[in-house]
Amino acid sequence: MTTTENTPTQEIGRDRRRKEDRRLITGRTRWTDNQALTGLLHISIVRSPFAHADIKGIDTSAAKQVPGVVAVYSAADLGADQVQLPCAWPITKDMKAPQRPALAGSRVNFAGEGVAVVVARSAAIAKDAAELVEVDYSELEPVLDMEEALKDGATLVHPEIGTNANAQWVFDSGEAGSGGSVAEALKKAESDDDQIIVRRRFRQQRLVPVFMEPRSTVVDPNAEQLTMWSSTQVPHILKTMLALTLGLPEHKIRVIAPDVGGGFGGKIAVAPEEVVTLLVAQKTGKPVKWTETRSESLLTAHHGRDQVQELAMSVTKDGRITGLDVRLIADMGAYLGLVGPGVPILGAFMFNAIYKIPAYRFDCTNVFTTKTLTDAYRGAGRPEATFGIERLMDEAALELGMEPLEFREKNWIKHEEFPFTTVSTLTYDTGNYEAATAQAKQMFDYDGLRREQQERRRRGDVKQLGIGISTFTEMCGLAPSRVLGSLDYGAGGWETASIRMQPTGKAEVVVGVSPHGQGHETAFSQIVADQLGVPFEDVEILHGDTQSSYKGLDTYGSRSLAVGGIAVVKAAEKVVEKAKPIAAHMLEASEGDLEFSGGKFTVKGTDKGVGIQDIALAVFAAHDYPEGIEPDIDAHATFDPENFSFPHGTHLCAVEVDTETGFVEMYKYVCVDDVGNVINPLIVEGQVHGGLAQGIAQALYEEAAYDDQGTLLSGTLVDYTLPSAADLISFDTANTTTASTTNPLGVKGVGEAGTIASTPAVVNSVLDAIRHLGVKDIDMPTTPYRVWTAIQNASGHAGRADEANVASPGAGLGSTARDMPEGGNL
Amino acid sequence: MARIRTTVDGLVYEDDVEPRMLLVQYLRERLGKTGTVIGCDTSNCGACTVHLDGMSVKSCSVLAVQANGAEVLTVEGLERDGQLHPVQQAFHDNHALQCGYCTPGMIMQSIDLLGDNPDPSEQEVREGIEGNLCRCTGYQNIVRAVQDAASKMKPGAAAPTQPAGQPVAGGGA
Repeated sequence: MTTTENTPTQEIGRDRRRKEDRRLITGRTRWTDNQALTGLLHISIVRSPFAHADIKGIDTSAAKQVPGVVAVYSAADLGADQVQLPCAWPITKDMKAPQRPALAGSRVNFAGEGVAVVVARSAAIAKDAAELVEVDYSELEPVLDMEEALKDGATLVHPEIGTNANAQWVFDSGEAGSGGSVAEALKKAESDDDQIIVRRRFRQQRLVPVFMEPRSTVVDPNAEQLTMWSSTQVPHILKTMLALTLGLPEHKIRVIAPDVGGGFGGKIAVAPEEVVTLLVAQKTGKPVKWTETRSESLLTAHHGRDQVQELAMSVTKDGRITGLDVRLIADMGAYLGLVGPGVPILGAFMFNAIYKIPAYRFDCTNVFTTKTLTDAYRGAGRPEATFGIERLMDEAALELGMEPLEFREKNWIKHEEFPFTTVSTLTYDTGNYEAATAQAKQMFDYDGLRREQQERRRRGDVKQLGIGISTFTEMCGLAPSRVLGSLDYGAGGWETASIRMQPTGKAEVVVGVSPHGQGHETAFSQIVADQLGVPFEDVEILHGDTQSSYKGLDTYGSRSLAVGGIAVVKAAEKVVEKAKPIAAHMLEASEGDLEFSGGKFTVKGTDKGVGIQDIALAVFAAHDYPEGIEPDIDAHATFDPENFSFPHGTHLCAVEVDTETGFVEMYKYVCVDDVGNVINPLIVEGQVHGGLAQGIAQALYEEAAYDDQGTLLSGTLVDYTLPSAADLISFDTANTTTASTTNPLGVKGVGEAGTIASTPAVVNSVLDAIRHLGVKDIDMPTTPYRVWTAIQNASGHAGRADEANVASPGAGLGSTARDMPEGGNL
Repeated sequence: MARIRTTVDGLVYEDDVEPRMLLVQYLRERLGKTGTVIGCDTSNCGACTVHLDGMSVKSCSVLAVQANGAEVLTVEGLERDGQLHPVQQAFHDNHALQCGYCTPGMIMQSIDLLGDNPDPSEQEVREGIEGNLCRCTGYQNIVRAVQDAASKMKPGAAAPTQPAGQPVAGGGA
């Protein structure tokens, strides 16, 4: 054995079955709502049916008479109207941030906003009594349309701030020095016969995250520390924010996120209900539980997306992008969430995507409306941007008469050009778009499907085939703290891990990230097993309780592995470092002669060695260890990433569109993602599957719709239509790998990739199927009604469908396949 | 209040319940059987699926009084002598769960499906579980798990918790 040879990796890369599963498949899971404390009281929140109204009075007398009701509180009774729920991301110095109370005192600003709370012996009694609370409202004009809201004279959601605009945030590559001026690029293109300008307006509809576990919070005010169990992604942030918001001493608060049933960004919050539960617990001196109904969840838990996108791209006729201008309006809803105003801003770094764009400008105005507030939802800003650019790439290809993949390839960063600093100032460390695309095309049988498409067109089939492309990248692994600082974010982006070696050699690993389905217990155990050379089974991952995991920044932005996992590596390295002098002492050797491999320190050139688990016992006994050091090999590490991670991939989607009914059916979906080195392929594949489902759902099924009074129409799962198993197909997924060079594991994030990539692939495919019928665009979700209507409208003035000139530019993306070699590659 | 006598996961319970109490509330709030969960209030999500006299039901859509005299099987009653039910095992083996909130209902529905159709095609599995929503997995591995369980539960296949040749549906304890 030579000194440079490493022990073969045992765990990283294995498709380990998850440690988490046993309790989840046997019904022994610890959901927040399962908490049953002695003397527990239940609350139900009285909510406004109106989107915008003054509160003239509240009569709680009837509710108080209900047997079993302990108390009924208005906002003022609890001081909940004086609370200012936190927004941690003031994106500009002059950002307008209206007060967001825990309960509304004098005015409600969205339908569903809480105005009072009933406290009772049981949840059923509380709910019954809540119906008896009489609230006298004086209705105000709702503010529903983002663009109307920005006009002079518009009704103001918050008259006290004098505008419906939250902030305007601009990036200009000309000013930043990272590229040219878009204004000049577009001007030049206008007078250049060799260039065209493609302008499009896209709508990102409003979505709801719909985690399967409704939110729930239990507060016990009688413990040594005030203890809050909450179905949250962010127990650490919640704890600090509760302290700052309510003026509580932080060391007297313990927040526990037990098993959490999904989040997808929807549980990144300091929710008004969490604060109300806490206030009621303090007021009554009793443990209190709040668990929402699904309708409450859809109505009041934050929504996502909701943007108007005005895009302009200048491009040479031979297919080189010369400029990209992005103007967004983003709906904040009635208030600012924890990171709400920053969500669309994340898109600023992603509209340029994988392409070399010489001039770029991003201009986003956030606007208040009388709707549920928006905040992070899986991808947060990046799906919106990816949709915009990937739709626009198809539209530009169309106008140029180029094959859409060929147009992309002409503009994307070549694999030999990495690391590459983009026009939006990020440095992509690694990637290989050619490799992912080649593999995806082969798996998809791209050319074969293009031929099938042509045959169906020729035959005039009722079911037309469409092919959609999305070649995406994303920035994740949030985030380098100094970058967050430069974006005025209110916290850092580091993560922590601690390793506690037990006397028996087992390892307790405390992490600051907070899982809600990701499989951290399994993946981190694999990392620790390799780092320390201990068995996978000997590692226990502790998380989600601020008493044990006292420091962390929680889970979002695909950061758990790329940031939290690296903290685990760093902690393990420290354990080994601390164990080394003790090993040397035990082996009567000098430290310089030791090497660590496979869980064992050995003296080079001998068979003398001692295992790290034995060292753990030796320091526990502490009978004999070197002078001048502590008898301890436990370690704590904080890792602050130097860069984001940039997973990428090529997604190809085929749909069948029934031209008589507008029904869209998934036909084939292939994605080849590069997420760097893979710790557990099973978990990675699962993340991709779930991400795809959510992105496809945005394209085809989901929308949070409001009526003209500002009432949410999709307030149940009858109306907010999640896809079922019968709506989806099996996806063909694969990976190419370029290891990230900015972290020691070479990993990139994967949690959001599928969602970010898939939506434009699906919409591009729907349009590709029916563009030859004259259809130019369809807003998401592309429901059968919308597709059918688009076909009907187009056929009214598009002539006979079968006469569409399918070979000429602008006649349909699929049509260009006619010019491709049979079965050949681009 | 109405008096009901119900067998749940093999144990007999007698309780006075409000006539309006849902079976899922009875299981969770009175019996502490929190393995069965609530995911919606419109019977769309299926997270609360249990077996009532051997048939899968959404326990949010059944009154506790309707379970009087019946046998209820929940996800907590599937293990036999510490051995997972083949469908539970298949969910684990095929990574058919992430957050796990839909999992109890999904497992109970899958067992019911395999009772009706011991060898379902992919499409039959998809249609058989379409009343159960999952937000994490995209369903792909759930479908795999159900088909994997089907292959292991076939007569002759080693299925530790079911005598060979017996119907595979839960059907009480």
